[in-house]
Amino acid sequence: MAEVTVPKEHEVAHHFDDLEQEFESHRLGMWLFIASEIMMFGALLVGGLLLLYKFPAAFAEGRAHLDWRLGTLNTFFLLTSGLTMALAAWHAQRSEQDKVRRNLLLSLAFATGFLIVKYFEYSAKFHHGLLPGNAFSGHGFTDPNAHVFFGFYFVATGLHVLHVLIGMGLMVWCLFVSRKVKFTRAYYTPVEQSGLYWALIDLVWIFLFPLLYLVA
Amino acid sequence: MSAHAENINYFKASKGFMSWLVTVDHKRIGLMYLASILLFFITGGVYAGLFRLELWGPLPGFISPDTYNHLFTMHGVIMVFLVVVPGIPGALGNFLLPLQLGAKDLAFPKLNITSLYLYWIGAVIALFSLTQGRADSGWTFYAPYSLSQNPAVLWMLVAAFILGFSSILTGLNFIVTIHKMRAPGMTWFRMPLFVWALYATGIMQVFATPVLGITLLLLLMENFFRIGIFDPALGGDPLLMQHFFWFYSHPAVYIIVVPAFGVVSELIATFSRKDIFGYKFIAFSSVAITIIGFLVWGHHMFVSGQSEVADTIFSFLTFFTAVPSAIKVFNWTTTLYQGSIKLTTPMLYALQFLFNFTIGGLTGIVLGILSVDIHLHDTYFVVSHFHYVAMGSTMIAFIGGIYYWWPKMTGRMFNETWGRLAAVLVFLGFNLTFFAQLIMGSQGSPRRYYNYLTEFQIYHQISTAGIVVLALGLFMALFNLLISLKNGAIAPQNPWGARTLEWTHAETPPVLYNFTETPVVTQGPYEYPTEKV
Repeated sequence: MAEVTVPKEHEVAHHFDDLEQEFESHRLGMWLFIASEIMMFGALLVGGLLLLYKFPAAFAEGRAHLDWRLGTLNTFFLLTSGLTMALAAWHAQRSEQDKVRRNLLLSLAFATGFLIVKYFEYSAKFHHGLLPGNAFSGHGFTDPNAHVFFGFYFVATGLHVLHVLIGMGLMVWCLFVSRKVKFTRAYYTPVEQSGLYWALIDLVWIFLFPLLYLVA
Repeated sequence: MSAHAENINYFKASKGFMSWLVTVDHKRIGLMYLASILLFFITGGVYAGLFRLELWGPLPGFISPDTYNHLFTMHGVIMVFLVVVPGIPGALGNFLLPLQLGAKDLAFPKLNITSLYLYWIGAVIALFSLTQGRADSGWTFYAPYSLSQNPAVLWMLVAAFILGFSSILTGLNFIVTIHKMRAPGMTWFRMPLFVWALYATGIMQVFATPVLGITLLLLLMENFFRIGIFDPALGGDPLLMQHFFWFYSHPAVYIIVVPAFGVVSELIATFSRKDIFGYKFIAFSSVAITIIGFLVWGHHMFVSGQSEVADTIFSFLTFFTAVPSAIKVFNWTTTLYQGSIKLTTPMLYALQFLFNFTIGGLTGIVLGILSVDIHLHDTYFVVSHFHYVAMGSTMIAFIGGIYYWWPKMTGRMFNETWGRLAAVLVFLGFNLTFFAQLIMGSQGSPRRYYNYLTEFQIYHQISTAGIVVLALGLFMALFNLLISLKNGAIAPQNPWGARTLEWTHAETPPVLYNFTETPVVTQGPYEYPTEKV
């Protein structure tokens, strides 16, 4: 339909007393979910640190096959998209639907940039046989456990990329909502929630980046 | 839905099979959890019955050794992940939490039905694994045995992973509900103790379960891609897998038992007709158990090759959990003192709980002693210890809770005589089954063995006989409830004279949005009118 729909005010769900209760419930829920995710990634990082401690040579050799410049570029993409998500939430509170959408689109663009870099990184690994376990066929490695580094690399970054994809899905969802519902100071929940989730993705990367690309 | 639908009872508010499948009503979701969990309780029980029959004699009987491994694995996985972990929160917690807080529903009704669907999906995958071979890793999935690419084990890992999500979402929903959905006047210290217990449980579900999630995910990755994190042949560390596993699975023991503490607090207060003794101590001891419970996982690994320093710290912290646990037991016992005690069916379960939990808790202390654990590790003593907690405490409190809230959930009263008789049989059957195991375990009989020395036969036979009595009692308890649906007297609003909101302010059965008017709370949950002594 070419018809332009005017955004309506959000209606409070039946079981809440008012907007404030609804908003605070949703925010607390998202914080708890993020806490849960941090425990999951936290355990994964503990596993990674243990492997680093056990196989420092394998990690050093593996790291030499990662390009820290690409990692830095991706860090830039993610952190900047974090800023644009925060700006989207800031404008949502002021009912500036257009600016919300602009910042969401910018965030999506940065997230896509991250995925493109990741794609090139992954294809280079596949090309050189830098793969987990039995699939590993990299040349020029002296440490017999070098495959362990790439096992951890693919699991950790793979799980992170999965979260990036979910986060991008949330941005697209926010774009849809912004057409239908008018954001106000009392109701900007979708943007706020997606922004919080996106901050988690940044946070995980902040730990993965040095562990994989920088620490030798 | 018509405009006045919210003032008719939740069974009649909408009709048809589909209206249940797409419901977001916490009461209906609670009942569907209850039915599913009881179904799996029977399934897990049948597995136990089969291998206990095999253990009647030491020599190979009607079951092969491989089948035996499969049976105890299925028993463990079903009972842990499909029965005791989701049990009380899923069934009773869902039904009661909004009612006890004076809310219309949980904070996230759609997330709630999602949790139930995840539970069902996990359950279906667990059953599907039966078609893919025989899962035989035990419920603990220890590496490297769980890395042998047995497809049934792989499906089981997927099932447990999904069930973990269900558990996280339930816990998250409960915590937010307790923070944000309390009725006017419902201060933190006016909340029923069952709510406090669900709060503590929620924290563990949200913070511990994700570690299980990543463990299971890494096990799957290790199986498929040989990433080299747990498999020693690839350079991985199987002990890391044990650490991760118990980092979840020890708090999981408290996810299992803390809700039972809550149920028992309600039962004992109501049927002693007395304010509970030491309300704040019981409330905070649940939180204390939660916190310490995160720091004791290493006591499962005293013989796995842990450093002595770690062993000593874990042993000390394990002793320390006894303090809040004992505070609870003493407070419940003191509540009974000079109470006006009614030995109804639910109360009989509460009293059994006190007896069984004391044994379950104290045997835990015995196992926490470093030198003693070396002898008792992986014996029937451990099996008996955790069955005294998971079955003798949690399931007993669960059944007591089902009986207690049955009139509120269904609108029908059950038959007291049959109910009490069943409760006594359950008590005798349970203790026969597991006290025998405690003795043979203390004499060194190892767990999970297909064969055993003839000197242990008498204990195995007592144990197997006990499970028959236990099954008889449990089925009697179940049929008593089912028959009441048809023949039971219509339940009044507050048959037990309890003081919490679901009894004092909600109709029986409750209306669609629980209360016709939002209750305003002016007193604590157990304030009975004072009577002359």
